[in-house]
Amino acid sequence: MTPGLAIILALAVPLVGMAAILILDRAPNFREAATLATGAILIALTTLVFLSVGEGARPGFVLTTVVGGLPIAFQAEPLGAMFALLASVLWVVNSLYSIGYMRAGDEKHQTRFYMCFAIAIASAMGVAYAANLFTLFFFYEALTLSTWPLVTHKGDDKARHGGRVYLGVLMGTSMALLLPAIVWVYSIAGTTDFTPGGVLAAPLQDSGPLPAILMGLFLFGTAKAALMPVHSWLPNAMVAPTPVSAFLHAVAVVKAGVFAVLKIAVYIFGIDFLSASGAATPFLWIAAISILLASAIAMHQDNLKARLAWSTISQLSYVTLGAMLATSMGAMGGALQIAAHAAGKMTLFMCAGAIYVAAHKTLVSEMRGLGAKMPITFILFFIGAMSIVGLPPAGGSWPKFLLMLGAADAGALFAIGVLILSSLLNVVYLLAIPVMAFYLEPAGAGARSQGSGGKPIDWRAMKEAPLLCLLAPALTAALALLLFLFADPLYRYLLPMLET
Amino acid sequence: MNLAAQLPVLPIIIPLIAAPLTILLPPRRLKGLLPYVFATLVSWIVFAASAALLHSVATAGPISYHMGDWAPPIGIEYRIDLANALVLTLVSGVAALAFPFSYASIRAEIDDRQLSMFYAMALIAMVGLLGVVITGDAFNVFVFVEISSLSTYALVALGAARDRRALTASFNYLVMGTIGATFFVIGLGLLYQATGTLNMADLKIQLAGESNRMVEAGFAFILVGMGLKAAMFPMHLWMPNAYAHAPSAVAVFLAATSTKVAVYVVIRFIYTVIGADFDFAGAAFNWLIAPLAVAGMMFASIVAIFQDDLKRMLAYSSVGQIGYMLLGVSFGTEQGLSASLVHLFNHGLMKGALFMAAACVVLRLGTQTCAGYAGLARRMPLTAAAFIIAALSLVGVPGTVGFISKWQLLAASFDSGRPWAAFLVVGASLLAVIYMGRVIELMTMREGAGGRTKEAPATMLIPLYILVAANVYFGLNTEMTVDLAERAAVALMGDAR
Repeated sequence: MTPGLAIILALAVPLVGMAAILILDRAPNFREAATLATGAILIALTTLVFLSVGEGARPGFVLTTVVGGLPIAFQAEPLGAMFALLASVLWVVNSLYSIGYMRAGDEKHQTRFYMCFAIAIASAMGVAYAANLFTLFFFYEALTLSTWPLVTHKGDDKARHGGRVYLGVLMGTSMALLLPAIVWVYSIAGTTDFTPGGVLAAPLQDSGPLPAILMGLFLFGTAKAALMPVHSWLPNAMVAPTPVSAFLHAVAVVKAGVFAVLKIAVYIFGIDFLSASGAATPFLWIAAISILLASAIAMHQDNLKARLAWSTISQLSYVTLGAMLATSMGAMGGALQIAAHAAGKMTLFMCAGAIYVAAHKTLVSEMRGLGAKMPITFILFFIGAMSIVGLPPAGGSWPKFLLMLGAADAGALFAIGVLILSSLLNVVYLLAIPVMAFYLEPAGAGARSQGSGGKPIDWRAMKEAPLLCLLAPALTAALALLLFLFADPLYRYLLPMLET
Repeated sequence: MNLAAQLPVLPIIIPLIAAPLTILLPPRRLKGLLPYVFATLVSWIVFAASAALLHSVATAGPISYHMGDWAPPIGIEYRIDLANALVLTLVSGVAALAFPFSYASIRAEIDDRQLSMFYAMALIAMVGLLGVVITGDAFNVFVFVEISSLSTYALVALGAARDRRALTASFNYLVMGTIGATFFVIGLGLLYQATGTLNMADLKIQLAGESNRMVEAGFAFILVGMGLKAAMFPMHLWMPNAYAHAPSAVAVFLAATSTKVAVYVVIRFIYTVIGADFDFAGAAFNWLIAPLAVAGMMFASIVAIFQDDLKRMLAYSSVGQIGYMLLGVSFGTEQGLSASLVHLFNHGLMKGALFMAAACVVLRLGTQTCAGYAGLARRMPLTAAAFIIAALSLVGVPGTVGFISKWQLLAASFDSGRPWAAFLVVGASLLAVIYMGRVIELMTMREGAGGRTKEAPATMLIPLYILVAANVYFGLNTEMTVDLAERAAVALMGDAR
């Protein structure tokens, strides 16, 4: 099979899977098998593309030309190939988890749930392989629409409100800011193709504040990247069932946002032009503020999922910060952060879901001493948190390192301070949770609530979540550790994206 | 004399003859099938003729047909170029779907005895709109405008069997429509005074780019008169009630075609008759049409958000969408004009589909309030799905015609150095997200009053889904719409010079 064909199939296979899921509505076991089989095929396809891109190929194809020479076209390049592979692998992991979670919770409308997931992953593939801004926008919107039923899955008032904010912010910003920005680029440069070195440098020479205006439209138009102040959809989307939060709001949706930001910075503006025109500087500050402010808010969240959501906002801005540093190392740090954060944050979300399924606890304050009952979950949580903080031997440490290098290259020393401070805040609000769970007595277990913990784990008293709900976070936690060990091959793999 | 040479006159002459024949058909035999089937067949023949005309114009260039072999400017000329062939195809295409669609809906909404009259009127309304589009004679435009308007007043009034407010709506429309037509004919009179001719192409030659007060006044009268017919803000107040209270099938046809035809006339007079190189045309673009277009886009969309009646909401949405079209015209560039023409066509597709879905709901649930749409996704899933796709198209989601319209309009804004216009357009479409999103949320997230209802009959669902499919098809393949509109715009600009 040629890699070009693999790209077509990567888009088509999830849709076929969706049809299969619909047909198998009445037979849940076969329905779930359809999801997993689709996922397995998808991984094979994205791996094929990934490898061929690694050999220097840039496979692609044109689906159709829509308006005035604007094609819906796809082309794989290192960043997109990585994103697609990551998303497809994590989709399968997440599907395993979903099956355990949805069945344990006896949720309604499971067929609709898996169908929307399949469309969402197809859209994510479209975003990953898009060869131009126009195609990217196409699938960006499809991703928003296909995930709306997932966010509002519970169907109650809270879900309705969350869904309204979700759709309102994501569609509103993309239509009001992103679309005009894309058309504007088309009007200026005559193309929206992702081109190494960018397309705006020549036509926008000495054009005053226009590059900065365009950058602003792009950054705030891509609300999936959750740069403040267009972040509010993300905490609201936490009304969704946990697998949705885990996959969409740690991997597919939010990463589609920062992925788009990175691609626009690298392939539309071009790192050199971004740096020379000064278009990035104001947004560097906004990203920095976003990182710290979101962390500060996360500290005050007692609801675990809300805390993770705010942490996500903070972590996503690392990628934006990396892009806005306008240096090679910054962009590279951002790219690695996409992978590292996906693995780490998904682990955390799935652990949160496991805690909910097994112990019905959602508040951090209720999780004291829970480590004795759910040791595996909290160990996995610990690994995920380490990756987010950026501690070796977890994958999250390299992106932080590269981002600091990039900040030094760009002469933006304050960014280094921001990154260090943010890591410290992460320690406080993330690593503290497993520590509390293992070392503190459960609330209400007497006055001596401090320093008395550390009891040996009583394996008989364990009350863990269903096996599938443990297996999945174990896989992502392993991925988080692997990303530490194999950061160098990934770094080398991504390097060609910075060539001009 | 071969038939092919007479092709341009067929879309007019066939329904004009068929309409009185329809009255003779018994309305109550065979469940009223006779007039229904007859009128439907006529609309299909007309559509076939229009499509043939479009094909011929697209491949072989403009056609000039001389009525009764009297050469223009003395005789009446039917002149078909790409711009009006496109509108002609839209009108006859929507009619070819609206006629088959109407059966179940209209039988439920009007008195059986009026069925033959209804179809006769509907054919006449169609012929009027087609005539306005096809003719190359300025006064002939007025005649056809009146033909379509008079029959439309009657059609709207037929809604009284369901809702007495249709009578006041129709009366309002009659008063406003008559004022509009009067203004239009005064304008024509002034142009005739100035030039001594009524043939459009000849008018252009006689005016020769020379301006005087009489020509300016004539142009102003024509613009206001047609603006009224097009429901151009702030002359739109007749429309929401007319659409809301007319029989559902009538609203489908009117919403998809009648205002669009009026916009076409505005475009035709500005470019082919007056010519864009007049100073006052430029002034009208910048200081009249553009501000009113923007005000309409914003104001009507905001009003739409607060409507309880779904059809009124859709009508206000139309006022806003007409603002898009006029904004494109006001740029005075080929791209802007082509964006307008594309949107004119595309908007017909979306609004037709939306009003069809609304008609299905009226038939089965007997309601047209937004609240009545609660739980529709479960009660009438097929209708709800069609409505949602058409609504997404209206909002401008990629993969639908609405996106194409918006893209073209944005591109025209940026290329003509008007970034502000682009942001106004997207701002207005955000308002569309709100008013459409509100209904979609009701449909999908709320429980309705009753359980699952019977779906609308196939005679309604099939035309509905054909329009929905067109919304998607022309959203992905723009060979016909955008390419033809661009060529039409180039030709119109060529006329203008």
